[in-house]
Amino acid sequence: MRIAIYLILLIIGAVLPHFVYPVLLMKILCFAIFACAFNLLLGFSGLLSFGHAAFFGGAAYVSGYLIKNLELPTEVAIIGGVLSAALMGWLVGILAIRRQGIYFAMVTLALAQMVYFICLEAPITGGEDGMQGIPRGSFLGLSLKDDLTLYYVIFTGFILAFLIIYRTIHSPFGQVLKAIRENESRAISLGYDVPKYKLLAFVISAAFAGFAGILKMLVFNFATLTDVHWHMSGDVVLMTIFGGIGTILGPVVGSSIIITLEDQLTDSAGDMVTVIMGVIFVVCVLIFRKGIVGESVALYQRMLGRKNLPQVK
Amino acid sequence: MMLKNNKLRSVCLASLLALGIQQGAQAQISDNVVKIGVLTDMSGPYSDFSGKGSVTATQMAISDFEKKYHPKFKIEMISADHQDKADITSDKARQWFDREHVDMITDLVSSTAGLSAMKVAKEKNKIVIITGAGSSKITNAGCNDVTVLYVYDTYATGQGTAKAVVKQGGKTWFFLTADYVFGHSLETDATKAIKLAGGQVLGSVSHPFPSRDLSSYLLKAQASGAQVIGLANAGDDTINSIKQAAEFGVTPKQHLAALLIFISDVHSVGLKQTQGMYLTTGFYWDRTPETRAFSKRYFNVMQKMPSMNQAGVYSAVMHYLEAVQATGSDDTKTVMTEMKKTPINDFYAHNGHIREDGRMVYDMYLAQVKKPSESKYPWDYYQILATIPAEEAFQPLSESTCPLVKK
Amino acid sequence: MIEIFGVPLMALYSQLMLGLVNGSFYALLSLGLAVIFGMLNIINFAHGALYMMGAFCAWMLLSLFNVGYFGALIIAPIILGLIGILIERFLLKWLYQVDHLYGLLLTFGLALIFEGYFRSKFGVSGETYDVPDLLDGPVNLGFMVIPKYRLWVIFLSLVVCLLTWFVIEKTRLGSYLRAATENPKLTQAFGINVPLMVMLTYGFGVALAGLAGVMAAPIYQVSPLMGSHLIIIVFAVVVIGGMGSIMGAIVSGLGLGIVEGLTKVFYPPLSSTVVFIIMALVLIVRPAGLFGREK
Repeated sequence: MRIAIYLILLIIGAVLPHFVYPVLLMKILCFAIFACAFNLLLGFSGLLSFGHAAFFGGAAYVSGYLIKNLELPTEVAIIGGVLSAALMGWLVGILAIRRQGIYFAMVTLALAQMVYFICLEAPITGGEDGMQGIPRGSFLGLSLKDDLTLYYVIFTGFILAFLIIYRTIHSPFGQVLKAIRENESRAISLGYDVPKYKLLAFVISAAFAGFAGILKMLVFNFATLTDVHWHMSGDVVLMTIFGGIGTILGPVVGSSIIITLEDQLTDSAGDMVTVIMGVIFVVCVLIFRKGIVGESVALYQRMLGRKNLPQVK
Repeated sequence: MMLKNNKLRSVCLASLLALGIQQGAQAQISDNVVKIGVLTDMSGPYSDFSGKGSVTATQMAISDFEKKYHPKFKIEMISADHQDKADITSDKARQWFDREHVDMITDLVSSTAGLSAMKVAKEKNKIVIITGAGSSKITNAGCNDVTVLYVYDTYATGQGTAKAVVKQGGKTWFFLTADYVFGHSLETDATKAIKLAGGQVLGSVSHPFPSRDLSSYLLKAQASGAQVIGLANAGDDTINSIKQAAEFGVTPKQHLAALLIFISDVHSVGLKQTQGMYLTTGFYWDRTPETRAFSKRYFNVMQKMPSMNQAGVYSAVMHYLEAVQATGSDDTKTVMTEMKKTPINDFYAHNGHIREDGRMVYDMYLAQVKKPSESKYPWDYYQILATIPAEEAFQPLSESTCPLVKK
Repeated sequence: MIEIFGVPLMALYSQLMLGLVNGSFYALLSLGLAVIFGMLNIINFAHGALYMMGAFCAWMLLSLFNVGYFGALIIAPIILGLIGILIERFLLKWLYQVDHLYGLLLTFGLALIFEGYFRSKFGVSGETYDVPDLLDGPVNLGFMVIPKYRLWVIFLSLVVCLLTWFVIEKTRLGSYLRAATENPKLTQAFGINVPLMVMLTYGFGVALAGLAGVMAAPIYQVSPLMGSHLIIIVFAVVVIGGMGSIMGAIVSGLGLGIVEGLTKVFYPPLSSTVVFIIMALVLIVRPAGLFGREK
């Protein structure tokens, strides 16, 4: 059943760019990676970071700098960007994991704001204009100039990221994270080095967030302040909650819908987009906390449960 | 035989050529529709001086054009909010060019939006006329042959104001600079102009962007004793600088010179606090009977007087449509050549023409904000002190780093 | 002239005063956050937006009903307090049984709604609110010339902060509050209406934000984004101070205002990030915050 779903999704993903505007699809994929990375932290470790834009945008700037100013090949720039995101994640992580819950959220938010100011004021980032005109270059000999080629490269990148995150969640490491999420003191008393686990989860999440940001930079040829702004951190929280916190596919569903919605709304709603996003946020938090995937799974299980009662958990 | 063959060949060639010319001369307007896209800031920091007003101005230009020329082709307009974000802008621009068959995009308020839209336009070979953004980059390192920068740029407003203020007697300066690329480039351009004109810069202080509280920087400016405090910032920062300068008694002892400010900003802060300030503008509604006529029509729709951007959109759209009408084509190269060839003289621009780097140069004006007692009727805000001739108002081509400029 | 690191002493005093003005706003806002947090255990992300609405409220009172500054100083916080009560009754109430992070997320959504709405309604450059005539003009303090209004801001916020501290720490009402914070069930059993107290506390916290908004209106442009610029800094202030005590919120608010002011003198480029750097340092040395208690 599960494999069937994934296969169908894979086929849809491979064929879709021939019907739908590829740039929009690439944007969705980038945000799907971003949301999956975020979900690893929120959904499976119980840590709400309000500063993930720093890694997303920060890595985009670093990669952009490597390509544009140092003229390094795209492959090297991607690796360099991901490493920089991991490093930033480590720095923010060691500070943030000293606090829990709401404090954790505020600390990440504040540190991300610092990254924002650095990106705004540093001489190489282009300030308000952003870093513009970053060439896509080529990847493993494949020229990325064509949108479709880039789409398939990004699609592959997405599958790769998805699989790694999936493996991480289902590994013993992921199980420990879940244990920490459920009951931190118990995990400590069981002898787990909780801060170390949290930090590692944070670094992995930051690295993939950075990966997503770099891909987005390649699609649009620029990195701008929007990518490091706290609204971006809020967006990824919304996508994850809307899709379903702690579900495997939730972030993918959430980002697809939110990005498509945003794309449609720019024409019809204009300046009310922020308000609509806020309303979705409030509704999700109040009555829809499991998200689309979470609620669907719950519904499915209930239906299943009604059919063969003994199996009810 | 040889000769005959040659002759035959030339006949063939000639007829081919003729065919080509004929095709070019035929009304080559795709679908017989000219579609204009207004991509603007509907709600962000720049919406007051562009946004819905720019859409209105475009509509006015289209309907005036239709009344005047009764064109054979249809003109359509679409608009959207680019939210000052590069990705939304380039997304929208791509979709408009690819699917909506938009021929020309205009407005584009933030420089992020402008720079990213002109890249897409180059890729798709379509026209972009930027009336909103003012980054000098657009006509320098980032320039291309499908873009026109129509209204202002930081060079013109910064350097123009600085030069003119020195001439008016403001010899010593102190800068309040927003600490990012935009602010620093305003300061550098203005400093150059001040030194050239015989003025002196006593110092400068960079403030974070955005800043709520500029009072401590203003105190430094006050302590410097400079006659003029140059505001190398924009939007809210400028507004806050002005308000707090009045509060701390910095003005009116020292004069403020805003290197970039719009009439909508003056309107929102009020004359009490902006009085005496110098600024450079491409358009003031109350300057001539023609500007008044346009502005009053605009006012009837928007209940506000147009900013230079909004009036500029009208002029830009008109100039574009007239080029389409004259050439009977909406082909990018044909229309661009025609637009660059034709001088612009309308209610908006005097002595205007588009240079090879895409800069539309025209007479700009040095203005001073009136005292509340001098303001006789609503929106009576500026006193025009001097005309800055087109050749002086903008960065000379010799200084341009645009690769299109032949040197 | 006496100088410290090349900065004249006089200039230093003036910058200290200005830092104190900013600190007054930090103190009022972080106090509101602390009061709410103490009772509801949530961080009110909408605090910045509500502060902005306080300023707009003052502006509307003046332009629509001709109610002046001092009237607005009373009425606007009451209106904002009522809005806060509505938010608590109809929205926040449903989240007390789930993770407190949802409270943060809900108020984040509210902040987006408020800000987006005011943005589309009023545009971004905002509206002007004049300094009341009574407080207009400068005062010469000997070492600096400061607008009367700024002095008033310092004075008023100190009074409000200390009054709040007094009510919570020294009165019977405050003791109920503290009891309800420590053990809501037991307090309820003693016949104290805890839900009512929660509601009023949230309303009061929001009213403080509204008051700060009114006080800010004459100094800063009344604009839809005035709150979001401020709120993240206030969050950092709260992390630095720790949520342990009311006094902690007040002292760290004022203190960081001064530190920020000094940074503007000695090294302006750092002034936008100095609060965050201090936060990082505090987290390393004292994770619970300067005044916080480790739970």
